[in-house]
Amino acid sequence: MGLDNLIGGTIWDEYSQKVTDLMNNPRNMGEITEEEAEVMGAKLIVADFGAESCGDAVRLYWAVDPKTDVIKESKFKSFGCGTAIASSDTMAELCKGKTVQEAVKITNIDVEKAMRDTPDVPSVPPQKMHCSVMAYDVIKKAAAQYMNVDMESFEEEIIICECARVSLSTLREVIRLNDLTTVEQITDYTKAGAFCKSCIKPGGHEEKDIYLVDLLEEYEKEKLAQANSEDSNMEFAKMTIVQKLKAVEKTIDDNIRQMLIMDGGDMEVLDIKENGEHIDIYIRYLGACSGCASASTGTLFAIENILKEKLDPNIRVLPI
Amino acid sequence: MRVYLDNNATTMVDPQVFKEMEPFFVEKYGNPNSLHAFAGETHPYIKTAMEKIYAGIHADRKDSVVITSCATESNNWVLKSIYFEYILTGKKNHIIVSEVEHPSIIATAKFIESQGCKVTYLPINSEGLIEAQSVRDAITDKTALVSVMWANNETGAIFPVEEIGEICKEHGVLFHTDAVQAIGKLPIDVQSFNVDYLTFSAHKFHGPKGVGALYIKRGRELMPLLHGGSQMGGLRSGTLNVAGIVGMGKAMEQAIDSLDFEMEDVKELRDEFEDALLEIPDTFVVTPREKRTSNTILISFRGIEGESMLWDLNRAGVAASTGSACASEELEANSVMEAIGADEDLAHTAIRFSLSRYTTKEELDYTLEVVKKAVKRLREISSSYAYAPKGHESGLTAH
Repeated sequence: MGLDNLIGGTIWDEYSQKVTDLMNNPRNMGEITEEEAEVMGAKLIVADFGAESCGDAVRLYWAVDPKTDVIKESKFKSFGCGTAIASSDTMAELCKGKTVQEAVKITNIDVEKAMRDTPDVPSVPPQKMHCSVMAYDVIKKAAAQYMNVDMESFEEEIIICECARVSLSTLREVIRLNDLTTVEQITDYTKAGAFCKSCIKPGGHEEKDIYLVDLLEEYEKEKLAQANSEDSNMEFAKMTIVQKLKAVEKTIDDNIRQMLIMDGGDMEVLDIKENGEHIDIYIRYLGACSGCASASTGTLFAIENILKEKLDPNIRVLPI
Repeated sequence: MRVYLDNNATTMVDPQVFKEMEPFFVEKYGNPNSLHAFAGETHPYIKTAMEKIYAGIHADRKDSVVITSCATESNNWVLKSIYFEYILTGKKNHIIVSEVEHPSIIATAKFIESQGCKVTYLPINSEGLIEAQSVRDAITDKTALVSVMWANNETGAIFPVEEIGEICKEHGVLFHTDAVQAIGKLPIDVQSFNVDYLTFSAHKFHGPKGVGALYIKRGRELMPLLHGGSQMGGLRSGTLNVAGIVGMGKAMEQAIDSLDFEMEDVKELRDEFEDALLEIPDTFVVTPREKRTSNTILISFRGIEGESMLWDLNRAGVAASTGSACASEELEANSVMEAIGADEDLAHTAIRFSLSRYTTKEELDYTLEVVKKAVKRLREISSSYAYAPKGHESGLTAH
């Protein structure tokens, strides 16, 4: 938390002067008609991204010279907040004079940086960074339309945090290299999750396929699996008493209990004691087992043999 | 010109209220619970203020109107105490709230839900209203509490608290109502309605910020939320906010005195303003006028995202809201608009204008011109209004 986060502020105070000016007087607002494109000898491209019901929608118009692929004119329309309008306007401006192939390389970060008043002060507050992502997406959409390919073909990798453009592979690597366990740590290392926060967990502004919490869980599971496999490789005799108990319980669960239950019985482990070179496991039979004749013969040998084989040849099983 | 039309978020402190509060900072600053003259001299003022507060909601002397720090505290108190006394002990397992309650109810309900309480969130209908029947349908023999607000903060919709109170009484269920938006706009009588708990807050009716209250019917005392030095009869510890209580008392007195003015004159101004706004094409208001508090308009301008509308209004000096002020920093859609669910394209287009008894016709005339200009400009920018290019599919894809 801390002082800066306790009172909050009006987000508008955090807009750069450029954002404010562009919101008040966008330069490239409007449309390009078929006729206008024709006069320029250009192909008209119109691409939509977003939806009103999500709170943001943008439409990008390009007049592209079919011989050179150069974007001769670029305009936008937008249903969105001030930053959506300002970043759409900046995006349209950045497209001008570039080839379609060059324009595809423009990211939301380029758009945000272009709206800064001074190089190291962000032009919009973190929660508004998201609005510039749409500007990035709509370019891909327009280019895909022009080149007649799928929009996804421009994405070289899977992006988890769109605001900071952090990819799945980067996140997986950073989490493992630095043994990260919290979202805050991921944000500190990569900036992912610092902005609109949609990528942190379900329930944010936007739905995702993979969230940061999923990546943390994936890594946790991986570590756990590794620890387990180390455990099972560990020599039974060297385990602590708790580890021994766990190992015995697991072996019983996996190999023995089912057989007993099928006959209407069960068993429980009461104690484990080291007795010279032997490891004595005290058990109690439950249900049908407790009165069964073979409980002290055949069944007992079977249990003992399994534990000996799986854990340690020095195990003795003693029913009480 | 600066025009303040966000009175459902907070109001100006009435100059007379401020004047009555002033002596309790530098002159009469004693702690009322101490044993000396500095303390004693505050007592008559607190007593008078409390009597005004009791009178304002027609509370009986044997009932408790406990002064808190805000409506959020009052709302938290009711839900958390019900959780400790009824849910945690296993006597009951369920509460009912409306889905458009203030966040201080919704977030608290979600919290006690996470602790194992069952919660029913009552839906609103297409007019933004709660139907009393839905309360009846949701009540079980394990229901401890129903909490439904008297009037909604975003639409001004007045909920059927009298009927809901009757239903609760019939089923032996406790009834709480958040009346924050109702004081000074509607007559409140806790004796004639079956209300067990009622929340209100001074800063919504021209009193100071930081002073809330919880009415508790006699025999329905709650476990305290704040333990400590046993102020307020042990129900709510913490040094008495003398100036705040005095301010709330005066504000309550004035709210009652000006109730007719609010319900008639403010309504007339509001209606006229609303008529003029609705002449702008593609504008929508959800709740019928007669079913709303007299000062509130929640209106959608198709094709214009709410925050950009606020931006243009603010540039011209007009203060309004996209709904709940508390949520303005969030990026979420207006919760009432979402709950109505009629047209999801409108969920992000709602603007709330809330008047007060200080709003003038000149201010509203000016605002109307500002709104018209903003609508024209922003619809020209809008990708989803009017123009659709030839041969272009206008169906936007969800992202």
